[in-house]
Amino acid sequence: MEWLTPQWQANLLAMGQALVILLGAVLLGAVLTVIERRLLGLWQDRYGPNRVGPFGSLQLVADMIKIFFKEDWIPPFADRTLFVLSPAIAMASLLLSFIIIPITPGWGIADLHIGLLFFFAMAGINVYAVLFGGWASGNKYALIGAMRASAQTLSYEVFMGLALMGVVAITGSFNMREIVNAQADLWFIVPQFFGFCTFLIAGIAVTHRHPFDQPEAEQELADGYHVEYSSMKFGMFFIGEYVGMVLVSALIVTLFFGGWHGPWLPPVVWFALKTGFFLIFFILLRGSLPRPRYDRVMSFGWKVCLPLTLVNLLVTGAVVLLVPG
Amino acid sequence: MEIAFYISGLVAVLATLGVITGTSPAHAVLYLIISLIAVAMVFFALGAPFAGVLEIIVYAGAIMVLFVFVVMMLNLGRDAQAQERQWLRPVTWIGPSVLATVLLGLLLAGLMGDEPGRVIAGELLTAKAVALILFGPWLMVVELAAMLLLAALVTASHVGKVTSAKAQTGSKISENGGRS
Repeated sequence: MEWLTPQWQANLLAMGQALVILLGAVLLGAVLTVIERRLLGLWQDRYGPNRVGPFGSLQLVADMIKIFFKEDWIPPFADRTLFVLSPAIAMASLLLSFIIIPITPGWGIADLHIGLLFFFAMAGINVYAVLFGGWASGNKYALIGAMRASAQTLSYEVFMGLALMGVVAITGSFNMREIVNAQADLWFIVPQFFGFCTFLIAGIAVTHRHPFDQPEAEQELADGYHVEYSSMKFGMFFIGEYVGMVLVSALIVTLFFGGWHGPWLPPVVWFALKTGFFLIFFILLRGSLPRPRYDRVMSFGWKVCLPLTLVNLLVTGAVVLLVPG
Repeated sequence: MEIAFYISGLVAVLATLGVITGTSPAHAVLYLIISLIAVAMVFFALGAPFAGVLEIIVYAGAIMVLFVFVVMMLNLGRDAQAQERQWLRPVTWIGPSVLATVLLGLLLAGLMGDEPGRVIAGELLTAKAVALILFGPWLMVVELAAMLLLAALVTASHVGKVTSAKAQTGSKISENGGRS
């Protein structure tokens, strides 16, 4: 056991943490598919999936078995390379973003000092999954879905970045741990309320969750960019959406709700509770809001949210400059 | 860090070769994205993570999306690939390549002849340091760039407005025509 120097112990610990966080994110994404259906059932006054196992708890296993045994079909008219690559980009870029999220004072993968920017970079790369997936399918519905998705994501990423610059300006750092530590006394939801609102909207839009799911609107586009995908390739897009939901919830908690800070309970419980709250909030949004028209989604982003974030940033900058300390 | 620098530099060169020699426009764009990410990795290896991450956000994440948009919209098929292949005959590229190789040789000789210069030190350039330089001595350049961008924005908005007004009147006529 001589090779087990403190350096190696630290390395192994870090690797173990990374693995646990990775598996946790993927599993939570998978479990959320069932939780969402159960909760939607509850709110819409119906049962939801409750046949498999006690209270439908084994529904996930059934779904997994089903999706793994489906035929993995690649259309003959598709561009094979890009078609296979796209689901991998969708999943990988979202999972990589979990690198920057500090879960508790001791848990977290990387402590980058460009932290927040890394998330923007990964969100930027995530666009290609949809774009190439839709194009490579060689299907017009998929292409239109991909166009909508990428236009929407680009528009909303613009002010997603600006919405968070207020937080960065107050903290004076892009580092996620410093942002969490700066919220020990006061969560950023209070001074950055408009930043929070716009980031929440942008977060939903970037993950294509319900009020912003025009790219995959069933009625118009028959599922949009992943209409030609089957089996686990579809599964990766599908789970990727839920992983994105977990990511955005964790980011909101870290940036605006004090991360692991909270009285009495241990840090990890607080983090899990807050993240769970936002996950359920996302599902409730899907269960309660109608889907707006696509052009309205775009003009809302550019004409309401973008000016709002700019004004928010301006005021925040002025306050940071004028108030000493 | 030096190994990371050379590997990502190699990836950038190979990916760029892929951009030039690829016949399918979509694959060429994909190579270009990889090349840009590799250049970002070069920045990371040099100890400038802020520049690297901005490279990914701005170039790979935003500008290249527009390229992909155009490629998708053009709907280029096998004809375009055949044409590309025709353009890539050795007659076309050997002459410029030889000349460029001569220039590369000169550049390498120049670099080798002098002292090796600074080796990658691995020192970190933070966002704050970049901002202090940009908004200190280079403030004028930042302001000029901002004005240029604003001008581009106004122009784009103007051009877009004219066409959309035409399209609206056109669609109104067609709507009325459909009703009557």
